[in-house]
Amino acid sequence: MKEISLNILDIAKNSVKARASLVTILLEESEDKLTLIIEDDGCGMKEDTLRGVCDPFYTTRTTRKVGLGIPLLKLSCEQTEGTFSIESRDEETYPDSHGTKVTAVFNKKHIDFTPLGDVAGSIVTLIQGDPDMDFLFRHTTPCGEVALDTRELRAQLGDISLAEFEIITWISEYLKEQYEEIENASPTA
Amino acid sequence: MKSLAELQAIKEKMQNKVALREGSGEMRVVVGMATCGIAAGARPVLNTFVEEVANANLAGKVTVSQTGCIGICQFEPVVEIYEAGKEEKTTYVKMTPDKAKRVVEEHIKGGKVVAEYTFAKENA
Repeated sequence: MKEISLNILDIAKNSVKARASLVTILLEESEDKLTLIIEDDGCGMKEDTLRGVCDPFYTTRTTRKVGLGIPLLKLSCEQTEGTFSIESRDEETYPDSHGTKVTAVFNKKHIDFTPLGDVAGSIVTLIQGDPDMDFLFRHTTPCGEVALDTRELRAQLGDISLAEFEIITWISEYLKEQYEEIENASPTA
Repeated sequence: MKSLAELQAIKEKMQNKVALREGSGEMRVVVGMATCGIAAGARPVLNTFVEEVANANLAGKVTVSQTGCIGICQFEPVVEIYEAGKEEKTTYVKMTPDKAKRVVEEHIKGGKVVAEYTFAKENA
């Protein structure tokens, strides 16, 4: 993957498959660290499946669909001497609190740090692909914050699909504007 | 600066149009968006289709959607086009945003398959 934003797109797609109703994507940036958290309230995974998802060569029938997504994210984070973790509660064991949480911490100053890339493009792609699912996105940087909550959009739009061209275009511009704002700002710290 | 309140106005404008769209969808553009597609550059290809179709006011006629891996990872980004009344789909391979623009212009608007980008041609 050439950009971390592509890993985000890829990993969040797993939450779609896990039939989540809400996917939270958080990016927290400091001067030298980037923390990525992707959390969903989907069906979760049992312990033995969870152990397998980090190993690209662990493919049994039940985990084949997990594939390379998680190993690729883990690689891009560990090559910066960062840390990676994945926690999950399956819905059978935890009927009221199931879901999966992926946390990746990157060292931005490391020579093997992959650029973040077009995060707005990934968020728009996720919404376009699964307009019935809710996404909460927040990217905090020393220069300010970019945020989007599809539940707030839905409150305005009623039953109009988020995948309608007019809405997708609006979301894309909305995020781009926010990114321009923080790019032009100076660090508040 | 954009505000969420703008969505109200968009919604009102759309309500009539959406009613008209029911039952349309003469053409379906499907972009492969699994790990293989994403790594090969499918995201900008998808976003180009969405933008170009919206700009050409073809929303009533064309839908753009995403799918998983269809098994020809080495040819990603892969885009399939399904047309009403046409039995065979068209499979475009190794797509880029520029190729996507040409497909919108010549195939979606003009009705003529861009043969040189198809799987049939690439695999011949």
